[in-house]
Amino acid sequence: MTDVIPDALKDERIKPVSPLRRALIRPELGGICGTILVFLLFAVIAGDSGMFAAEGVMNWTVVSAQFMVIAVGACLLMIAGEFDLSTGSMIGFSGVMIAILSVHIGVPLWLAIIATFVFCILLGGVNGWLVIRTGLPSFIVTLAFLYILRGLTIWGSIYFTRQTIIGGVAEKAATDWLAPIFGGKVLGWLFTWMGEAGWIATFTRGNRAGQPVIDGIPMLVVWAIVLVIFGHWLLTRTKFGNWIFAAGGDALAARYVGVPVNRVKILMFMFSAFCACVFATCQVMEFGSAAADRGLLKEFEAIICVVIGGALLTGGYGSVIGAALGAIIFGVVQQGLFFANAESSLFRVFLGLILLTAVIMNTYIRRIITGER
Amino acid sequence: MAAIVEMKDITKHFGHVIALAGVSFDIRAGECHCLLGDNGAGKSTFIKIMSGVYKPSGGEVLVEGTPTLFQSPRDAMTAGIATVYQDLAMIPLMSVSRNFWMGREPERGVWPFRTFDTAKADDITVKEMRKMGISLRGPDQAVGTLSGGERQTVAIARAVYFGAKVLILDEPTSALGVRQTANVLSTIDRVRKQGIGVVFITHNVRHALAVGDRFTVLNRGQTLGTAERGTVDAAALQDMMAGGQELALLESSLGGTI
Repeated sequence: MTDVIPDALKDERIKPVSPLRRALIRPELGGICGTILVFLLFAVIAGDSGMFAAEGVMNWTVVSAQFMVIAVGACLLMIAGEFDLSTGSMIGFSGVMIAILSVHIGVPLWLAIIATFVFCILLGGVNGWLVIRTGLPSFIVTLAFLYILRGLTIWGSIYFTRQTIIGGVAEKAATDWLAPIFGGKVLGWLFTWMGEAGWIATFTRGNRAGQPVIDGIPMLVVWAIVLVIFGHWLLTRTKFGNWIFAAGGDALAARYVGVPVNRVKILMFMFSAFCACVFATCQVMEFGSAAADRGLLKEFEAIICVVIGGALLTGGYGSVIGAALGAIIFGVVQQGLFFANAESSLFRVFLGLILLTAVIMNTYIRRIITGER
Repeated sequence: MAAIVEMKDITKHFGHVIALAGVSFDIRAGECHCLLGDNGAGKSTFIKIMSGVYKPSGGEVLVEGTPTLFQSPRDAMTAGIATVYQDLAMIPLMSVSRNFWMGREPERGVWPFRTFDTAKADDITVKEMRKMGISLRGPDQAVGTLSGGERQTVAIARAVYFGAKVLILDEPTSALGVRQTANVLSTIDRVRKQGIGVVFITHNVRHALAVGDRFTVLNRGQTLGTAERGTVDAAALQDMMAGGQELALLESSLGGTI
């Protein structure tokens, strides 16, 4: 952009900025480097384990997509300056709510799904409203909801069904029109064709002999991609996106120039709840059951993805693409260690190290942007 | 000349505390009206009423002669009253362009695909900043990299661009060095010449005298009247701000250096 300013107007005291430094202040940079790094790493240590064959790719893609769905919500909320620690409990809650409504109360599945979405988005709104109204940190308010929702989930599940795992959703889903939006698979024909062409492996035995090992892309992956594109577009290309940055950057300054900060924050809490519901619904459709302990620790995993993706914990800065890359790193590392036959507990060590590196780098980057020394 | 905004006998109570006990003030087009006062004199409360953040407990706000009650800062902004706060003017992590348009982003396209028109926003930002004498590395330069004086200038340029008739500057020079202060004062002069009324809040008498046309002093929630340029000197203003006596005593011991 330097070329738009004629030489006469250039300030001799402004040092020219090197392209490297310019690239450094992009929030996605850490995510891009990290992604390349983990792919290289696992290509070396697990390259011959089938991790990069069709089945393996689908395996870590689905795991990454799960992280991506909740990371998008957490990312926009964090940039708006708030946290949602109730995401994990919300996942358990909405899954169980769908199962109880459809299997035990007999509501049609599509209506159960819609009712759950509406109710959970409202709960997200309550979270936001409480944060705004009380002026308390969202950390505390949503921590309360982490316990409230998890408790209600377990209680409701036992009260209605006397167990904490509720099955029978698969039968309902078979004839439902809305269920395939969350539990279906797309592009099956493409994989059949690829299988016939010999590009991907096919089953050699059993009643599915001749069919490709992958029968389509799960809707969860589609949801993840759609949410990332939507989130990125909203944040960087729209007026509302500018308001999200402003609300998180400095709520008071934003309010003084007429940005509806409260509305922005509450809407982002609702969006975070929506993302948790998408995650839960896809999972319930995939397993055909709901369980009261689903989504445990997901809130922290979402936040880790967002931070690896370059967002600042204090708000006002970050990127949805970065968060998506963070989700890919997370998914690839988790599944890659499994493919590499590494001790699975090492995953956490690895994760902690990545997180620490990311946060240190982000702090450094923020200093560059704000010109602090 | 008629006043653009007139504040008549404004009072404001916070519980038992009387923050303002009947303050009158007006601002005309093309003048710089300085509002002076020590810390706690009620300057901030007063301008927050003027800019719609607080509602007055009593008194009247007239905008171009019509009694008006602002429900929000947005109302005041619509009426042409823009406020530049000392430290809350800008968001450091956001680019100059995003800051400049914050809350009033230009859009293009059709709903629901309406987008923030960044090309237009960047173009206008660079032009307006150049008018104010600041050359940017680019419109995407973060505000955090600008100096304090430049940040104030961005905020002033923003207010002027969006058609402010009255510009309230809350202690714009209090955290600045000598050279940056000079820049801000010359910006005030430039803005005044465009026919905008500038309300300049400060507790620095010298800064006030440098650009002010009229001076109103607040002391403990009350006004001690408004003085025209040329009828008061620094010592008199200083005296009124401090409520006389004590400071005179202090000043003699310091040898007249404050």
